Amino acid sequence: MDLNYLLQLFISGMTRGSIYALIALGYTMVYGIVQLINFAHGEIYMIGAFTALIVATVLNMTGMPGIYVFAIAMAVAIVYSAAYGFTMEKIAYKPLRNAPRLSALISAIGMSYFLQNYVLLAQTSDFVSFPRLIPKFRFLEGAGGMLSSTQVVIFLVTAVVMVLLTLLIKFTKIGKAMRATAQDKTMALLVGININQIIAVTFVIGSAMAAIGGVLISSHVGQINFYIGFIAGIKAFVAAVLGGIGSIPGAVLGSFVLGLTESFGTGYISSDYEDVFAFIILVLILIFRPSGLLGKSQKEKI
Amino acid sequence: MKKLLPELKKSFVTALWFVFLTFPILVIKVNTVRNTILWRWANMIAVFVMTMIFSWVWRRLLEKRARGERLVDLSRVLPRNLLDIDIKTVFARKKVSRPALVVLLVLAVLFPFIAGMYQTNIVTTALMYVILGLGLNIVISLGGLLQLGYAAFYAVGAYTYGILNTRFGLNFWIALPLGAVLAMLFGILLGFPVLRLKGDYLAIVTLGFAEICRIVLENWNDFSSGPSGINKIARPPLFGIKLTVPQSVIYLYFITLALVVLTVFVVRRLENSRLGRAWEAMREDSVASEAMGVNLTITKLSAFALGAFWAGLVGVLFAAKTTFINPASFTLMESILVLCIIVLGGMGSTAGVIIGALIIILLPEYLRAFTQYRMLLYGSILILMMVFRPGGIIPKVRKSYVFKADGKIEGAGHE
Repeated sequence: MDLNYLLQLFISGMTRGSIYALIALGYTMVYGIVQLINFAHGEIYMIGAFTALIVATVLNMTGMPGIYVFAIAMAVAIVYSAAYGFTMEKIAYKPLRNAPRLSALISAIGMSYFLQNYVLLAQTSDFVSFPRLIPKFRFLEGAGGMLSSTQVVIFLVTAVVMVLLTLLIKFTKIGKAMRATAQDKTMALLVGININQIIAVTFVIGSAMAAIGGVLISSHVGQINFYIGFIAGIKAFVAAVLGGIGSIPGAVLGSFVLGLTESFGTGYISSDYEDVFAFIILVLILIFRPSGLLGKSQKEKI
Repeated sequence: MKKLLPELKKSFVTALWFVFLTFPILVIKVNTVRNTILWRWANMIAVFVMTMIFSWVWRRLLEKRARGERLVDLSRVLPRNLLDIDIKTVFARKKVSRPALVVLLVLAVLFPFIAGMYQTNIVTTALMYVILGLGLNIVISLGGLLQLGYAAFYAVGAYTYGILNTRFGLNFWIALPLGAVLAMLFGILLGFPVLRLKGDYLAIVTLGFAEICRIVLENWNDFSSGPSGINKIARPPLFGIKLTVPQSVIYLYFITLALVVLTVFVVRRLENSRLGRAWEAMREDSVASEAMGVNLTITKLSAFALGAFWAGLVGVLFAAKTTFINPASFTLMESILVLCIIVLGGMGSTAGVIIGALIIILLPEYLRAFTQYRMLLYGSILILMMVFRPGGIIPKVRKSYVFKADGKIEGAGHE
């Protein structure tokens, strides 16, 4: 057993886990409030990455230093992803608020396909290289190339986002309203909470986080195409289910478990079956603990 | 006039929002290799104009939906006496429906001799999707189980014939039932772990299952020859007569047509059987149906199995038609396509699924200019249908009973 190799797999697993967490939080928040799997959530992540790519390439030509380009590209990506999330909810989900669950799910699948092909037609179907925006950090040279500066940024940003989200949900008025809506929509309406507004806000926050994840992972991997959202979205969903869908700490825990499993799986078993591990875990979890690691099992009232 | 100005303003604001939304992706196109930027301002104007129109139509339709009106009022277009004839009751009468079916069948039989090989080929594909749609219909519309891994069963059928034929020289007619039964076994295999799952979870697990199948096919070179696939699969034989390619195209058309007729017959019989009623009861309320003595385990598993059966059948047909298969033909996109057919045509309605398949498969073939935008359109179809006409083009007529004044009970249908 090579300890160095193990450590490397661990770091790469944590990197994946951080990104999954950023996407999974959007899933879990939306699910908690409207009980809908937002199938198109992965596409929001992809759109975030594409927006950042476009902005960064345009800015790079002006000769701006990399770190500013990164900051601006990230900000624009967050704004655009949030805007797409907001619009998507208005078009595909709001008219179906009182429709059967199956209708909303099919509409979500339609949205996902629409957005994928919109980017495919407007941009390209090929992989495009994503500019390296984060400069090399000096202090990492001692680590022997184990940890890249992008990975450090990923960990830091993920941690900050998690803390901010927790604060938002626990201590602000809007967070309180979100928790109330998740618990009981009718009651929340009765105490004067604007449900439509809360749902829109949830979509906006979730989409913004997906954009952060998209930009970070794209600058780590170095290339993107229109299809990246689909598989990332599915895996983040697996992570959310793994932790117990609807539970925010659960989504984070599930993401790290999934990231590490995938990383060790590809490192020690086979890299051909990278995507299979996530689905196998999903099936196992749903069979043995359908409510997830941290989810409460709900008794159905008849 | 008073109403027009605020409406225009609303559309204008929406259009501006969409111009903002689509700006980076639709207007700027970067080339990261050569570091060049292409500004496509024309797209911006197109988005503005189109959103102006669409947002107006969208709001009108939403208003109509809220008032519970029909989206398209036929009485304005057609003469009144034509509208008074209720098409559904006319076709419910055997005097009308039998001859209509016969005419339809005769036309279908004559079709390959009138049209060319190219047309026959396309229509064969469409007919294959009719079978797929009817099969998935059992799982989704009758059983209420959103199954997104349908392509996996399709692949099982195709690979059964592909492998058995190229390695062991097995005949098409033996592989046809074999592929279908194998797909059915796979359906049951998938059914077991997902017995406890509902709705969204079920969708995602079946999707995962299909992806696992595809990845395995892509990587297990010894078994499936990996991404390069299997080629030189034999076309179906006809009593040892050697057929030319155009002849075998016509032959395959007839096989598919016969299978469509068989599928329609079997599915309709199933629907009205004890099992079919159990499926519908399960879909409406699983707890109540269990209390009424429906065995949920068997009901669910049989829905999966019987749905997968048709997919396996079409898989074998597909392998025989294209003579070449690889994992790229069995992606999630295929499952979504079949879902699209059902949703467009009308969930649970046989006629709806047939029309849905013909529209979805034939339209892009004839509107070549649209091929690029095909998937974009499918996505929009799913959303628009769900929002404005959840029942599909031909909504399913549900069985109901009417009490007559003299105490007799009469069977009737209503939407």
